Amino acid sequence: MPELGRAALLVTLGLSLYALIGGVVAAHLGRRRLARSAQNALVASFFTTAIAAAVLLSALLRNDFSFTYVARSTSEALPTAYTISAFWGGQEGSLLLWLLMLTAFGAAAVSLNRRWAKDLTVWVVPVFGAVSTFFAFLVVVVATPFATQVAPADGVGMTPSLQNPYMLAHPPLLYLGYVGLTVPFAFAMGALLSGKLDERWLVATRRWTLFAWAALGIGQLLGSHWAYVEVGWGGYYAWDPVENAALMPWLAATAFLHSVMIQERRGMLKVWNVLLVILAFSLSLFGTFLTRSGVVNSIHSFTQSSIGPWFLGFIAVVVAASLALVFWRLPQLRSHTKLESPVSREAAFLYNNLLLLALCLAIFWGVVYPMVSEVLRGEAVVLGRSYYDFFLRAFGLPLLLLMGIGPLIAWRRASLKSLATTFRWPTIVALASGVVLLLLGAGRSVPGLVAYTFSAFVLATIVLEFARGTRARKALGATTWLGAFGALVSRNRRRYGGYVVHASIVMLAIGVAGSSAFDSVAEAKLSRGESMRIGDYTLVYRSLDERVAANATKIRATLDVRRGDKELGTVEAGKNAYTVEEQVSNEVGIRSDKLTGEDLFVIAEQIDADGSVYFRVFVKPLVNLIWLAGLVFLLGSVITLWPDRREQRRLVARASEAGVPATS
Amino acid sequence: MSLVFAAALAVACVVVVALPFLREPEPESDVLDDLEEDERARLELLEERDRALSALKELEFEHRTGTIADEDYRAQVGALRRDVAAALQALGRSEEVRPANERK
Repeated sequence: MPELGRAALLVTLGLSLYALIGGVVAAHLGRRRLARSAQNALVASFFTTAIAAAVLLSALLRNDFSFTYVARSTSEALPTAYTISAFWGGQEGSLLLWLLMLTAFGAAAVSLNRRWAKDLTVWVVPVFGAVSTFFAFLVVVVATPFATQVAPADGVGMTPSLQNPYMLAHPPLLYLGYVGLTVPFAFAMGALLSGKLDERWLVATRRWTLFAWAALGIGQLLGSHWAYVEVGWGGYYAWDPVENAALMPWLAATAFLHSVMIQERRGMLKVWNVLLVILAFSLSLFGTFLTRSGVVNSIHSFTQSSIGPWFLGFIAVVVAASLALVFWRLPQLRSHTKLESPVSREAAFLYNNLLLLALCLAIFWGVVYPMVSEVLRGEAVVLGRSYYDFFLRAFGLPLLLLMGIGPLIAWRRASLKSLATTFRWPTIVALASGVVLLLLGAGRSVPGLVAYTFSAFVLATIVLEFARGTRARKALGATTWLGAFGALVSRNRRRYGGYVVHASIVMLAIGVAGSSAFDSVAEAKLSRGESMRIGDYTLVYRSLDERVAANATKIRATLDVRRGDKELGTVEAGKNAYTVEEQVSNEVGIRSDKLTGEDLFVIAEQIDADGSVYFRVFVKPLVNLIWLAGLVFLLGSVITLWPDRREQRRLVARASEAGVPATS
Repeated sequence: MSLVFAAALAVACVVVVALPFLREPEPESDVLDDLEEDERARLELLEERDRALSALKELEFEHRTGTIADEDYRAQVGALRRDVAAALQALGRSEEVRPANERK
């Protein structure tokens, strides 16, 4: 079996190389059959990679410890679900997953856009070929998942913190996001190489970019929830380098998704948009490099490896080659229109872009600073939470406000008088909310109060937009209010799906502000029967139990919870001792209030032999809004991503009107 | 057995890659379809037309909903209508210079 896996990957490498070289020759010389052949190679590379993936998955499920990767990542006692997640838990498997997704995206994106952007996809094929050649080379030469050994009696098992249901979805979603950003990159490079810099590359990649961006967003939220319930330090985002690695390409892609609207509407920012695509893709490579190289100290770095230099080299080549292409095509990328006024929708989107980029670069500097300081001063200096929090407030709060302003002001130029009319009600709602919150004591955190006030403003604008739009659709002939609402959303999914996404970001902001700016913490060492207080809560330590599960011994302290005079039941916190892995993990106890979104979060920091336990307890107001925001974000993304047949027909008709080759 | 599968896989891939050449060993033309200069210019004009039309449509709808105030609407609607007219005229001109056999 390992021979089949190795051979399949070797064939993938050959096919990718052919797609690259054959594709370049075909596009350069204008050879039709060779172009088709290179495209076939790209599609075939997906199937050969899928065979390799099937071989590895089969080895994992059979606990075939003659595969070094299987023995290093799993054990006999590991539950089946986590055995499957071991596919992407280790370096070699995750690189294989990258390659599998990449070849799938490449084959699908090229095939789906062939009909109306054929002259463009000819150059897209070799770009995909170049990226997949790199990843195929890694899994064939540098980090093969098919190395074998004399099979040991059992594997070494999986890091305990990875033995969590979130690990079934969080890493693949992040990878979908990282890899998905290859599609806009490949089409942007294809457009630059071919000189076909019309709008087709933007249209061809819009939904792919949205999909990658949504996957990255959901993946990060799942990762945050995993950190919250599993890592056991009391938070959900630690500005850890690997967490930041996923956030940076997401921010760059967010900027692109906004600025692309300016290009579509006004024909401006062509260079800027290509640069954003390059940045997002380079950051996705950088993110994979950070996660997989072990170059930075992170709670998420489960591997130390030698792939770092290869990745850095590839990132350098990608950045240098793509910037050279942009420079080459600069004359064709010049816009014919200019920004007419600093008070306009395009200006608001531009400010949004600048803030997103500033935040992204501040985070990037924070991530690379330990490496830079180690090179320059011989000592790795890590920038702490206060560094990131400062920039999150400095750039994040204005971004939040712009989310409400941008969609409501006119393109080209907006008069101050009409601004006053448009924003009258949202401003009143925001100010009233701010005053009420101030009276309720929210003034103890100024950034928190500002975040709440801005959130109220944005929510008011979103509600107003839906209400006005539905009323207009009703006036245009919809028979019912529900029908008018449906017509409003379905006729402009991008806009109204975008508003739903904005609403989710507001919920996220409220949840983050509530749980970080207004949280409280208490610590105490308790013996059985003793109690502690935090806020309105009283916790009484009742008992300590030990249970034996398939792969771990579970020790749990049980506490009775009371709020005022009301009994709220019990909460359990403790530790798991993993036998095979010889590691101990914190298992936190969380009691959520579904009405207020508040969490009571209990950590059993230390369990002594006499049964006394050192507890750390947090009260986190509104934290559950963060997870609810994930669902709303997903809903908004689905609305935005939903295929629009009218748009497809319009694009095909336009291409045919222009005489774009539409047949194979 | 694995090696047999691997060899079969490699052969199958070679066939898939060679398929365009096997299907058409001696084609009438092996030149890639590409846009001529005038077709590319026409595509840009069509994009310009669609951009102008969609901008006008959005302005009309946003004015109807009340998102865009009367003052901003009046300041912009004329310019957008002129953009649409200019784009349609440019397209018309490009149609006139197009050879008759290329017209739809």
